[in-house]
Amino acid sequence: MIEVESLTKRYGTHTAVDNVSFRVQKGEILGFLGPNGAGKTTTMRILACYLPPTEGTARVAGYDVFEQPIEVKRRLGYLPETPPLYADMQVGTYLDFVAKIKGVPSASRKARIDEAVEKCRIADVRGKHIGKLSKGYRQRVGLAQAILHNPDVLILDEPTAGLDPKQIIETRELIKGLRGEHTIILSTHILPEVSMTCTRVLIINKGRVVAEDSPEALTHRLKGAAGLRLEARGETGPLFDAIRTVPGVVSLKPRTGPGGSATFEIEAEAGRDIRADLARTVVQRGFELLGLEQVGMSLEEIFLHLTTTDAAQETPAAEPTEVSA
Amino acid sequence: MNALRNIGAIVEKEWRHYFGSPIAYVALFVWTALFGGFFYLVFDRFLTVSQRAMQQMELGGGPKLSLNEWVIAQVLHNMAVVALFLAPMLTMRLFAEEKRQGTIELLATSPLTDLQIVLGKFFGALSLYLVMLATGFVNFLPLWYYATARPEWRPALSGGLALLLVGASFIALGLFVSTLTRNQIVAGSLTFGLLLILWIVGWMDDPMAGPVAKALAYLGLMNHVEDMMKGIIDLKDVVFYLSVTGFGLFLALQSVESQRWRA
Repeated sequence: MIEVESLTKRYGTHTAVDNVSFRVQKGEILGFLGPNGAGKTTTMRILACYLPPTEGTARVAGYDVFEQPIEVKRRLGYLPETPPLYADMQVGTYLDFVAKIKGVPSASRKARIDEAVEKCRIADVRGKHIGKLSKGYRQRVGLAQAILHNPDVLILDEPTAGLDPKQIIETRELIKGLRGEHTIILSTHILPEVSMTCTRVLIINKGRVVAEDSPEALTHRLKGAAGLRLEARGETGPLFDAIRTVPGVVSLKPRTGPGGSATFEIEAEAGRDIRADLARTVVQRGFELLGLEQVGMSLEEIFLHLTTTDAAQETPAAEPTEVSA
Repeated sequence: MNALRNIGAIVEKEWRHYFGSPIAYVALFVWTALFGGFFYLVFDRFLTVSQRAMQQMELGGGPKLSLNEWVIAQVLHNMAVVALFLAPMLTMRLFAEEKRQGTIELLATSPLTDLQIVLGKFFGALSLYLVMLATGFVNFLPLWYYATARPEWRPALSGGLALLLVGASFIALGLFVSTLTRNQIVAGSLTFGLLLILWIVGWMDDPMAGPVAKALAYLGLMNHVEDMMKGIIDLKDVVFYLSVTGFGLFLALQSVESQRWRA
């Protein structure tokens, strides 16, 4: 449904999006994850035909965003970061206007508006002025605007930003409810959101795609790199030396354990299971192995791991201190 | 067909903004008040002058005073200046406010062309101006009912056309300026300044002036209404205003398109 190939967008010397390629199948919900300024909004704006790409191509529903923008726009609903609302209009009037410019035929206009109003649960504010609505309602009106013409593709830029927790949950439910009918791309920097709503995640940093997978697979794939916790009885020093000899160990940090035991946090090479080797080595050297467990990386850690590459190179995966803004 | 429907939707939306805010009411109030005020003053002077003329006529001779020339043309000429002051009020928010609110993203990602957006906004403002013109012309209607020597309707209409054309060129230029900023006040002030300059360059129109001054004076926005307001429609004048209007719309379109490339 969406095909993006080596998309690049430069502003002067600054490259906002750098050679990004990805595909989204019909019915998928793709989560765009990345720190602020990673190029999420720019990519979405290009897909929505708001910005032309510097290089590369993007196709939505088979139409090129640059060659046939009108055809793309007919099939695409877009909710920018700030919902594009006219504060001086009533909700109903606003939706009526949007339906007109989105090319909804007049015969089905009323039905389409009713449906969007119902889906986004804004029936109770239909006659109110948009300027008087709360942030949560505005977001919902924005969403109603995006789904009004029943587009094949929905692009939602940080749909939950700035909402309170209750509104966030409501909005997520709303998006989940849209699954199936529409192919959705949504961006966020809230990680649980991705695992809750998306079928696939694209992590983007400094304009580049750094990872792409399903939320589960991404967690799984990076588990090896995430860490193991090993507890053994013996002196910390010799144990440390013993564990270090195991091939595949990337980093090793001793943690003092209770009463004569030592605990280590071990990071292994990505995708390599070194648990068997570790156990054998510890036992062969005459220590007593008390425990060996896998510490799964949460999406949060993966995210930090992938998006703070500089920090990660110095001390691999060890407590990255900041997310680059 | 689609194009017309899209433009119509924008026009309707602009009307909602105009009448959903004080802008339309203030503009209509100021316009009609000044129209009526000028009409009263000019008509009052006309009565004095024509009384004197009648006395002269009794003495033999004297000019026959026409309501068209003495009243309608005079009022319309004054109203062209009023239009220059009010036009920035009608145009300042057209694009600036869309940019400030972020709603330009809605328009730009809807299946509309930039030209449709520009034209929709232009006709939205122009149609409100047309309503202003119409309400102003109501002032003249009694002349047809009560005057013994009725005014001719042809010169009155051509005067109306002049006012419409000059207003259209103000609106087109204001529309362009509004695309340059996201601040309404800045857009309004810049438009006002631009229109003032284009009015004042016309003052250089002097028989003794050099070729450069004459060329500049030709650009004077008020220099081409005179004849039309007296009832003489010169194609040159019509083309002048249509060109300025077209040029303003062209610049607006270019500005909207280029901002997407830079945004």
